[in-house]
Amino acid sequence: MTPHLEVNIGKLRLKNPVMTASGTFGYGEEYAEFIDLDRLGAVVVKGLSPKPKEGNPPPRVVETAAGMLNAIGLQNIGIDRFIKEKLPFLRTYDTSVIVNFFGDSVDEYMIAAEMLSAAEGVHGLEMNISCPNKQAGWCIFGTDPKVTFEVVSAVRKRTILPLIVKLSPNVTDISVMARAAVEAGADALSLINTVTGMAIDIRTRRPKLANVTGGLSGPAIKPVAVRMVYEVFNAVEVPIIGMGGIMSSDDAIEFIIAGATAVAVGTANFVDPGATVGIVDGIIAYMEKEGIEDIGSLTGTVHAG
Amino acid sequence: MTEPLPGQFYMVEVSKGLDPLLKRAFSLFRRTQDGLQILYRIKGKGTYILKDLKEGTVLHVMGPLGNGYPLPSDSESPLVIAGGIGIASVFSLVEKLSKKAFVFYGARAEQELFMTDAIESFHRELVVCTDDGSCGVRGTVVDVLSDFIGKRDAMHRPVIYACGPNVMLGEIAKTATANGIKAYVSLEEHMACGIGACLGCVVKTRSGYKRVCKEGPVFDAGEIVW
Repeated sequence: MTPHLEVNIGKLRLKNPVMTASGTFGYGEEYAEFIDLDRLGAVVVKGLSPKPKEGNPPPRVVETAAGMLNAIGLQNIGIDRFIKEKLPFLRTYDTSVIVNFFGDSVDEYMIAAEMLSAAEGVHGLEMNISCPNKQAGWCIFGTDPKVTFEVVSAVRKRTILPLIVKLSPNVTDISVMARAAVEAGADALSLINTVTGMAIDIRTRRPKLANVTGGLSGPAIKPVAVRMVYEVFNAVEVPIIGMGGIMSSDDAIEFIIAGATAVAVGTANFVDPGATVGIVDGIIAYMEKEGIEDIGSLTGTVHAG
Repeated sequence: MTEPLPGQFYMVEVSKGLDPLLKRAFSLFRRTQDGLQILYRIKGKGTYILKDLKEGTVLHVMGPLGNGYPLPSDSESPLVIAGGIGIASVFSLVEKLSKKAFVFYGARAEQELFMTDAIESFHRELVVCTDDGSCGVRGTVVDVLSDFIGKRDAMHRPVIYACGPNVMLGEIAKTATANGIKAYVSLEEHMACGIGACLGCVVKTRSGYKRVCKEGPVFDAGEIVW
């Protein structure tokens, strides 16, 4: 029999647990000539803000051991243009569209959530809280549980769409942030965002990124991500979307066993635009081989302790 | 296979493992009867691996990607300028334009010049220059270009095609603008995806950041903020 791949992220039902990680899949159209987007559980688009953002000066990316650092600077076309120019294309597909968004103040988050909730063809929202708060000295929203609670509560009041909060790993205890987001009304959690890092050219002694620091992604961060999914699974009741260095179906399954209900594929899309579809096929093959009928039955089944 | 245009590029896998992780961007060097050629200088981790590959190794290659050089009209005279390994990007253009093109090719020293015999065999004019004077004119292609423009009476409507280090391209852009000459440059940036998704390879233009992989790698030199 065909294994049952459907999973629920709050009210959102996905045809399979494989999504794209925001910022690695453009607005979906960039990959449509390489893969059939309908094979995906969801397309998560590049983070959007109410107004367009120019982003950081180059160099913006640098490869490191088994990973890469990026400091794109949240460049995006703004929510209005996304709705007018990009969403109609995504609506032609039979896959869930989750829009990642951010703001530089609580007000901007609320505006973004309202704008996106009014658009046709947005099935869920993913809040990026790993960005700086202009009203609080540019400290990061997602590294303080009180600020996390405040901004997620504010957004929760402005949308009835499934609300996913994407957590930053750059904290002492991620389960504290997870609880704050869930208490504020998050329907699900995505983790992890990139790990802050830095690389220096030893000849010029200059940072390799113009922004000096950047976010580390790729297989280099996978063990950190798996550990955090495991910790958060034991701390909250909501579904977890696991991500961080997933390159193969084996990696995806590892995250599910650690506690993820769904997974997101990021940097692997850069290496191989067909990575997501290969991972869906690999999960099916694993389930058939292991006699697993429902992917949901695998979540959080790690034999630990 | 899609036929590549001069100036387009390919993303080439260099290892099956996780380190190095990303594909590398290489210009189309030559389209031959039996395949594609890339030309690279051994510089970093990726090219060190490539040089040691055994014949017959299978690598995943994606492309052709990006936009090639817009070809000159019949009334335009193409000036093709290469600096160092920049020859990799313009060589197929030189081949295509054949006797129409003037070619200026500069490198630091003689041992860094490639394929000069091939270029010479089908061109009415090839000017070679080296920083140390070990081959051809002593100086840079920018010096050669300025000289050439000074005495170009016979040449009508020149159009420049250039690839090389950014400093060189910036100087060429300046010279071209000062003399009212159209110039196209092929730019290089670190790329993660090569297909316009990651926004990693941007360059500053008069109309904001543009992606080298998607809106480029060939740009109108006047568009770039140097």
